[in-house]
Amino acid sequence: MTATRAMDAMIEFQQVGKSFNGQAVVEDFSLAIAPGEFTVLIGRSGSGKSTTLKMINRLVEHDRGKILFAGQEIRSFKPEDLRRRMGYAIQSTGLFPHWTVERNIACVPELLKWPAARIRDRVTELLDLLQLPPDTYRGRYPHQLSGGQQQRVGVARALAADPDVLLMDEPFGALDPITREALQLEMSRIHRLSGKTIVLVTHDIDEALRLGSRVVLLDHGRIVQAGTPRQLLAEPANDLVRDFIGRADIGLRLLALDTVASRMRAEPVESSTAPPLRDTDTLREALSALIALGATRLPVVDAAGTPRGQLHLADLVQTAA
Amino acid sequence: MRGRQANPVLAVLLLAGLTAALGLAFVTQAPNRLISGVGVSLAKVIGAGGSRGWALTPALLLVAAACGAPTRAWTRGLTLLGATGSLAGLTWLAGTHASALLSDDMPLGRTSLGGGYWTMAVLCGLAAAEALRGWSARAGVVLIGGLFVVAPVVVMLLNGHLDALSLLKEYANRQEVFDAALQRHLLLVAATVVPTVLIGVPLGVLASRRPGTQPALLSVLNLIQTVPSIALFALLMVPLAALATRWPVLAQWGVSGIGVAPAVTALTLYSLLPMVRSTMAGLGQIPPGVLEAATGMGMTRAQQFWRVEVPLAWPVWLSGLRVTTVQAIGLAMVSALIGAGGFGAVMFQGLLSSAVDLVLLGVVPVVALAVVADGLFKVLAEWTNR
Repeated sequence: MTATRAMDAMIEFQQVGKSFNGQAVVEDFSLAIAPGEFTVLIGRSGSGKSTTLKMINRLVEHDRGKILFAGQEIRSFKPEDLRRRMGYAIQSTGLFPHWTVERNIACVPELLKWPAARIRDRVTELLDLLQLPPDTYRGRYPHQLSGGQQQRVGVARALAADPDVLLMDEPFGALDPITREALQLEMSRIHRLSGKTIVLVTHDIDEALRLGSRVVLLDHGRIVQAGTPRQLLAEPANDLVRDFIGRADIGLRLLALDTVASRMRAEPVESSTAPPLRDTDTLREALSALIALGATRLPVVDAAGTPRGQLHLADLVQTAA
Repeated sequence: MRGRQANPVLAVLLLAGLTAALGLAFVTQAPNRLISGVGVSLAKVIGAGGSRGWALTPALLLVAAACGAPTRAWTRGLTLLGATGSLAGLTWLAGTHASALLSDDMPLGRTSLGGGYWTMAVLCGLAAAEALRGWSARAGVVLIGGLFVVAPVVVMLLNGHLDALSLLKEYANRQEVFDAALQRHLLLVAATVVPTVLIGVPLGVLASRRPGTQPALLSVLNLIQTVPSIALFALLMVPLAALATRWPVLAQWGVSGIGVAPAVTALTLYSLLPMVRSTMAGLGQIPPGVLEAATGMGMTRAQQFWRVEVPLAWPVWLSGLRVTTVQAIGLAMVSALIGAGGFGAVMFQGLLSSAVDLVLLGVVPVVALAVVADGLFKVLAEWTNR
């Protein structure tokens, strides 16, 4: 069982350790990341999460254990070849200020010596994917973009050569909350569309729960708990996890994992003047609406506006699901 | 309202010009080269009846410009024209006066430009620079504007109108020496800047790659910088002379205790500090995130250096090269003391024989060279930064 899993994993850490100046920052770290998984590494500053990420593309060389990429040890690749197969996006974007948006995105394809026409098409495709109209943005320089647009270009650049893996080091940490949320939605969408294996580092628990198909909580270079967002919320391994996911908000965060559609009663709606909920809203948003409107139930519509049923306040506390 | 919009800078310059015109000798004249001159005021040069006064009418443009707001295009245009015209007029007056003196009664008479002329000429330059700066921050525009301002003077120099001035007489007497000095001076600068770049850039790159080497490297370069230039020349004479005696081949190549070899060696040593520093500063101001991204994208060390670090460090580095070159142009003067030639030789000859115009003949071209080199580097910097 474990053997086949190791074969199938896109990235696998086997008892990996790393020390700086004799101080262990990552210790006995074992984790297998399956293809298509969206793994979020979370922890406080100094928990070793960034170091762990950078060991994957060998920006930091590990001291102990083994790291496998597509079944092969990462040290069997030339570092440049390894990195060109992994997209890399960082908090400061690291866009090249002397290059246009187009040239920035074309960076890795150029390193891989793609033909010019193919690069151009790929840039257009990515600008479209990240909702930056190609004709407007292609020729701009990074300093002519807002922070959110710069980070979109950073993500597009990381995706440019269609890498097997996308590594993201606190990519949205420097953005304002509204821009950050827009980009998180964007990442979810890109992950759904591309099925890429993504490893993202953050210290924002909401970002981790919103994006991750698996959340790995680190402390002092060791894994405290790894699991789906629901597992972390429902069965926190210890007090540290409980603290991290915010004791008081655990219930609300659990509600945020499910949509209105999952608890809705498909029943006819008595005529109501209350603004309806969307079936794709989270239960957390629904609860907020119920409380704000002082209602015990609200009508539910789908994306087309067709009535689907009602959501009852009482159903939110049921844990049947 | 008009008073509020007036140009105070230009007004102050005009006032200073007026003071210089009234209080300082415009030119000095002497019956021959060896006797020190007597000052002649601007009023005298213009002539009793003000017969040549028309030459100074461009100054009225400056007065008019001073009444307008300095931000207006017309005041800038007027200032530039007025400054150019005034400089031309002053120079024409000096040249005309000098010719008159020669043809009148003193065939060996000398007319030197006096404090009044130089002060007013500098003030014209300042007024023009003020107007140009307001016009555009671009170095190309400033350089072309500067050429426009000095163009009439250059024309007078070339058509012989100024030949009667003592400065030009010194030039005529030493034309060959002057031309050789120009060539030698340029050679000294080139022979300094090229090895400085070849040695300084790798040292700067090394120092920024390996911060551990910085204290040692910089303290050596700083130490060199603190040695007075003449002392450094003297220090180099002994080892270079010894080398030349030990291996005569080196002597054949021009290595000796005096002359070009020690001069270029010393000038290069002086130039290394600004070159190394600007290389380090250029590389140091690149955001670390950009370098991390470059590595993370899978660039090799060389790709990262040539595609990212060099273009991003270029503007800072180039301004370092500009400082280095201008500094070398100036320092090369001193190297005349150990027989390296150049304009320094002309200047020191003038100093030793108390011939002020000969000193100027050595100094003025060096100032001009430095200004032109500075301007050209600034234009190049703009050019390469789109």
